Formats: sequence, C-alpha cells, structure tokens
Amino acid sequence: MSTILIIFCVLAAITLSTAFLTIFSRNPIHSALYLVICFFSIAGHYLLLNSQFLAIMHLIVYSGAIMILFLFTIMLMNLNKENEVHKPRITRLGAIVSFCLICIVLILVFINSKPIIGEYVHTGEDYQSIKVLGHVLLNEYMVPFEFASILLLVAMIGAVLLSKKEKTGK
Amino acid sequence: MNNILNEIGIENYIFLSTILFCIGIFGVLYRRNAIIVFMSIEIMLNAVNLLFVAFSTYHQDAQGQIFVFFSMAVAAAEVAVGLAILVSIFRNLGSIDINNLKNLKG
Repeated sequence: MSTILIIFCVLAAITLSTAFLTIFSRNPIHSALYLVICFFSIAGHYLLLNSQFLAIMHLIVYSGAIMILFLFTIMLMNLNKENEVHKPRITRLGAIVSFCLICIVLILVFINSKPIIGEYVHTGEDYQSIKVLGHVLLNEYMVPFEFASILLLVAMIGAVLLSKKEKTGK
Repeated sequence: MNNILNEIGIENYIFLSTILFCIGIFGVLYRRNAIIVFMSIEIMLNAVNLLFVAFSTYHQDAQGQIFVFFSMAVAAAEVAVGLAILVSIFRNLGSIDINNLKNLKG
C-alpha cells in the first residue's frame, strides 16, 4: 500500500464522514462547518490529482464565498433547534431504503463495468497548468465564458431584487 | 506525481463520487430544513465535479477542468438566488420547513 493510496483513503474517509455529519447534525451552523471541512478535503483530492489551480479556485469559491453566504443566511434566520420538526418515520425509512438501493445499484453497475476501463497511460504532456487552462478557456470556450459572466450578473441582480424589502404602502 | 491514477485507480474515484452523490440524494430526501437541502445539493454538485477532474486526469485533457469552472459559476449563481428566495420565504412564513410550502397543492 503506497503513500498516495493511504492519503487518498484518509481524504475519502474525511469527505464521506463529514458529508454524513452535514446531513445528520441538528444545528444548521454545525452542518455548515462540517460542509466546509468536506469542501477542504475535496480540494485535497484536487491537489492529489495535481490540478493546483482548480483546488485554489474550489477553496475560494466554495469555502470562501458560498459557505460564508450560507452562514450569513443561517444567522439572519435565527433558527431554533426546538421548532425543528422531523419528517414522519415512514418518510425517513423510505429515504434510508432508497439511499441504500441507489448506492448498491450504482456501485454494482460500476464494478461490473470494470473490464471496460483500460490501462492508464501517461504521455507527459502538460494539460492542467494555468497557462494551458487559460488557452483552452479563452480560445475554444470563449462564448460560454462570456455567457457565464452574464449568468453571474443576472444572478446578482436577481438576488438583490428578491431579498429587498417590499415598499408597498399597505 | 505523474502516475497517480496508476496507484489509486480511476475506479476508486468513481466509487467515492458515487457514494458522495448518494449522500446528497439522501440529504434531500431525509431533512425538512431547506438550508440542509441546499447543502445536500452542493454535495451532489461537488461529487460530479470530482468525477470530472478525475476523468480529466485520466484522459489528460483540460476540457474536463474547464467544465468544472462553468459548473462552479452556475453553483455560485444558484446559491445566491436560492438563499435570497429562502430569506424571503422566511420573512413571509416565519420558518423554512419545506413541508409548509404547499400553497400549490389543491
């Protein structure tokens, strides 16, 4: 068992356990903090796959922006633990059963498709440095890149409009 | 670091992101708090992103990572608008229990 495999197993264990804790913890703030740890370990996976720029972007966007947004919303809402109602037992049982079924079916499908996966060959070509990524992004994917900026602008305007208090005079 | 997929194997990444995606589905089905449902959606998006990056390394192609950038932009926009909607729901109803949102039910 090599060192890289051990690192992968530890990171995977952290990812899965914090994802479960995100769902199961009662307090939404604890959920958000567990989700931050989950995102950090996913960034660790990206680093393990040698894509540094993506790991940094993931940290900035997810742990920096999205989780801060989540935490501020949770603070705005003043959620109490007492008035949190759980779903009825039959619904929760159905959720657990469907989770197990989906998991088993998908994993069995992927195990049986294993012979199709070929051997990994490394050619030594540079494909994930910032230079190459910028070339591909601004040459082949120029139009989707501009559309992403329009999407972000529209989302910003929409968020401001939605969260503004209505000033109707009634 | 060049032969990372030789040591780990692409199938381990497939299993990891499958389980992560299933955890996201489970969270959407299990909880009633709308914020936790949003977090589960983020977990699902991240599982798919992880698989994109793993296959980008597998095929040694940058396009998988470019796609992850676009999906990050979409996720950020989705979270901003969704949380604004949640805040206005909380202002109107006083809770974010998704079982209270059945005005369209006949």
